Amino acid sequence: MSDHQYTPESKFGKWFNDRLPLLTLANHLTDYPTPKNLNYWWTFGGILTFCLITQIVTGLVLAMHYIAHADMAFDSVEHIMRDVNYGWLIRYIHANGASMFFLAVYIHIFRSLFYGSYKAPREIIWIIGIIIYLLMMAAAFMGYVLPWGQMSFWGATVITNLFSAIPLVGEGIVTWLWGGYSVDNPTLTRFFTLHYLIPFLILGLVVLHIWALHVPGNNNPVGIDIKKPSKDTVPFHPYIVIKDGFALLMFMIVFAFFVFYTPNILGHADNYIEADPLVTPAHIVPEWYLLPFYAILRSVPDKLLGVVAMLSAIFILAALPWLDTSKIRSAVFRPLYRQFYWILVADVLILGYVGAMPAEGLYLLIARVATAYYFLHFLVILPVLGFREKTLPIPLSITEPVLGGSPNLATAKNKESSIIK
Amino acid sequence: MKNFLRIFFLFVLFSGVQSNSIAAEKIEYLKTDWSFKGLFGKFDRAALQRGYQVYTEVCSSCHSMKYLSYRNLAQKGGPEFTEAQAKAIAASFEVKDGPNADGDMFTRPGKLSDKFVMPYENVKAAQAANGGAYPPDMSVLVKARGGGVDYIYSLLQGYEDPPVGVTLDDGVYYNKYMYGNKIKMSNQLSDGLVEYSDGTNSTVEQMSKDVTTFLMWAAEPHLEERHQMGFKAIIYLIILTVLVYFSMKRIWSRIETEV
Repeated sequence: MSDHQYTPESKFGKWFNDRLPLLTLANHLTDYPTPKNLNYWWTFGGILTFCLITQIVTGLVLAMHYIAHADMAFDSVEHIMRDVNYGWLIRYIHANGASMFFLAVYIHIFRSLFYGSYKAPREIIWIIGIIIYLLMMAAAFMGYVLPWGQMSFWGATVITNLFSAIPLVGEGIVTWLWGGYSVDNPTLTRFFTLHYLIPFLILGLVVLHIWALHVPGNNNPVGIDIKKPSKDTVPFHPYIVIKDGFALLMFMIVFAFFVFYTPNILGHADNYIEADPLVTPAHIVPEWYLLPFYAILRSVPDKLLGVVAMLSAIFILAALPWLDTSKIRSAVFRPLYRQFYWILVADVLILGYVGAMPAEGLYLLIARVATAYYFLHFLVILPVLGFREKTLPIPLSITEPVLGGSPNLATAKNKESSIIK
Repeated sequence: MKNFLRIFFLFVLFSGVQSNSIAAEKIEYLKTDWSFKGLFGKFDRAALQRGYQVYTEVCSSCHSMKYLSYRNLAQKGGPEFTEAQAKAIAASFEVKDGPNADGDMFTRPGKLSDKFVMPYENVKAAQAANGGAYPPDMSVLVKARGGGVDYIYSLLQGYEDPPVGVTLDDGVYYNKYMYGNKIKMSNQLSDGLVEYSDGTNSTVEQMSKDVTTFLMWAAEPHLEERHQMGFKAIIYLIILTVLVYFSMKRIWSRIETEV
């Protein structure tokens, strides 16, 4: 992993390290050469690690008090909120933590899209990232079911019913998923089990994600390959550690604001009504972070094709390194891509908005246009753009634009700061 | 630093958009100044005590509050009745207990550890007594309704004669704030219905406000503690962020790159 040899100073350290090179690993992590021009969009990797650990720790505590039973789940959540010491705090951190996690992951993903971080040689990092994102959605969905409120129950019913769209075996699969003929106690207990399992799978994949990152090293805002270590890099510790720490603290202020002052604003009021299989809520909506995909699902009139469209919208991301034919990574040097990038951002936000609205009239029309554009972006615009676009000249090293050396690069840098940041 | 402010604004914007989209289909609710809103929001102790009185004398004949115990009435951050008062309140209720050594159920006066006594044996009994409609449990009611406290406060004062053309079935009433305007609960409040022990004039508006405050506390019994802790936590984080910012500047000044 490391480019250089490391020998511990102490005798014991050397003895230990010869048998298990943990110290070499620690040394690699602290010395890891990082491009020095990383902007704050790059701090979200560290923030996401924090989010994952927060979710795991608060989740463990909640699991000590929660009862996964259809008759007792709702009561046990209220017990946590009222009688467990600081139970309200732990639960609100966990519930809002999920939203914060997705907020951070969306910024992280869109940063990759802007700076072309998914391109060679970083395809594996990207694909592992997409798998993590998929698992996150699964974990979040199942977690939302656990309080056994009305949205939990009906959300679970709607989403699991999607599998019935599969020809021939669909109905059988749904019954198998439910563990019965409707969403009920067996569904709740298995969702709890999986909700407990998935975060640890994510943790494992995060290790692989970082490992895969440490082979080629970080991409950077200029998007060029750099020599490591060199004048273009700084050691991870202390430079990046303190910068990530600063960004994390800013993030935590926002997080704390949600937890302490508006803890229920991101949830749905109906989830404070205990699940009732006989009463369907007026509008069944998923959590905000799943809304764009929900909009895609509902924009297709056919159930099976809707499910296919929704899943394709996610899986298409995995093919992105090959769909984007441009050799230039950073959008800073791709004037056309930069515009399409922002249109895509707007498109996804629109999908999210219409996903929260009833699927009828104008909303449905907008959802259909936005869905079509989403696929158009990845399947047509990106491949064609790579051949047609006239890109700006890219610098040879990042030191120069950073120091403002050549006039050409100085313009590039100005552009970068005015457009991106 | 400039970038940071931008990221920060993005967050703020995001939170604004979120709250807007959730409150999308809103009706204008009646507004009042809730003492528990805002960074330092606290419950009005007297309002909570009066609200409890309205709940027991009016609401509790149909609505249960199954997650509350009599001990909560003496808890910090709540109505803060004295322990003796809370004990007396509990003792004024008959609680079914048992089985005793002979295997029989018996009733006894309530204790602090008892949950609020339920008005009906079960959901079916509640429905049977209320024309088929189940009076919802009130423990988390304000969190379970889109408009929250403003909605409940408005609903209690929203009874009107139905507009021309709207016909109501027997046992259905017109309320301008109710979803679909039809409600199975009749108007419960009228001026002077409750005689407040602290001498406050019991107008419909006053009772609505008091009982809604009480319901807010019932749904969020740790609200005051949450606000106090939140303020400390955020101040702490801001100070730490500033310190880390200057440390970062210091460390990065060793190389010729801006952070």
